[in-house]
Amino acid sequence: MSDHVSPVSLYLTIFFALMILTGVTVAAAFVNLGQFNFAVAMLVAGFKASLVVWFFMHVKYQSHLTKLTVATGLFFLAILLGMSLIDYVSRGDFKGYVPPPVNPDAQMPAR
Amino acid sequence: MSNAVAHADHGHADAHHAHHPALQHHFDTMAQQKEAAVIGMWVFLLTEILFFGGLFVAYMIYRVWYFDAFAEASRRLSLFWGGLNTAVLIGSSLTMALAVRAAQTNNRKWTVNWLVLTMLLGCVFLGVKVIEYEDKFANYEVPGPNYNWLYHEQHAAAAGDHPATSPGGGAEGAAPAAAAGHRELALTPAQLQNTTQIYFSLYFTMTGLHALHMIIGVGLMMVITWMAYQGRFDAAYYTPVEMSGLYWHFVDIVWIFLFPLLYLVERHQ
Repeated sequence: MSDHVSPVSLYLTIFFALMILTGVTVAAAFVNLGQFNFAVAMLVAGFKASLVVWFFMHVKYQSHLTKLTVATGLFFLAILLGMSLIDYVSRGDFKGYVPPPVNPDAQMPAR
Repeated sequence: MSNAVAHADHGHADAHHAHHPALQHHFDTMAQQKEAAVIGMWVFLLTEILFFGGLFVAYMIYRVWYFDAFAEASRRLSLFWGGLNTAVLIGSSLTMALAVRAAQTNNRKWTVNWLVLTMLLGCVFLGVKVIEYEDKFANYEVPGPNYNWLYHEQHAAAAGDHPATSPGGGAEGAAPAAAAGHRELALTPAQLQNTTQIYFSLYFTMTGLHALHMIIGVGLMMVITWMAYQGRFDAAYYTPVEMSGLYWHFVDIVWIFLFPLLYLVERHQ
């Protein structure tokens, strides 16, 4: 077979990179970055996912057709997330959709 | 892909040409058969991405709407257990990758060993999840008629642990910023009682669906491990090991996103 056999050292490197990035994402959550906390968390998670897809799932060594198939999945996920959120943030007076109000007279249930 | 297929003759003297016993008759070569399996598996994983994607969209919209509630509720999760589970799952992805590598290199013994280790780590993950869920049930943090956002503080106040943070008596939703003194909250405890249930509904749905995938994954591994133990795989044919590996890594990736989204909404003060 023409299958690529990755060296063990590569798998260990990816493993330690994933562990370090997990530490980074936890540490970053304790720093107040305002709106960027979420962006940092998603960037780190996206990078970790890319490492898993590229090396652990061997997409790096697959045919162009397989790579295109993987990219198609990300494309449709982007449509699902992007279009849905564009819809929600662009409603109402175009300053952002006002969420359903939380009942101002809410009471704790009696027990 | 270069099709350097080893045409080893396994005693198919009557066949019109010799081929690997695992080669199905509708494929020309092992490489072609493998490629079809890989693409098919990825197409299945795409449907799984969109399956979880719907939940991620729901999460995003509610998080934007009720960020304060999500931030408060997220702090109720244990960073220790969540972080440990992330490490366990990444470790299981490593052992899975090494299992595939052992199969690629004709190492039957270590294929089985790495697969068993992967299953064990998967079970550790599920065990930690049981501890976390049990804690949620014990603290009335499961959405439904028994959900009680203030149970934690009422319980602590009753036990006299830290009376300073107790919201006081019945907590009829009058005082803002009652929750453990993090900061001034826009929502009263009674409003949090409603909105945090949205967070915990998503928490249980997303982690529950993920845990279901883990259970299916462990079941899949049992079959693959048995097949590997019987010596069904070699360097020319290990597609089932690789395919279940793709599934396992996918479930790992879902958790890589769930961990920051659920446990790390807003950890700084």
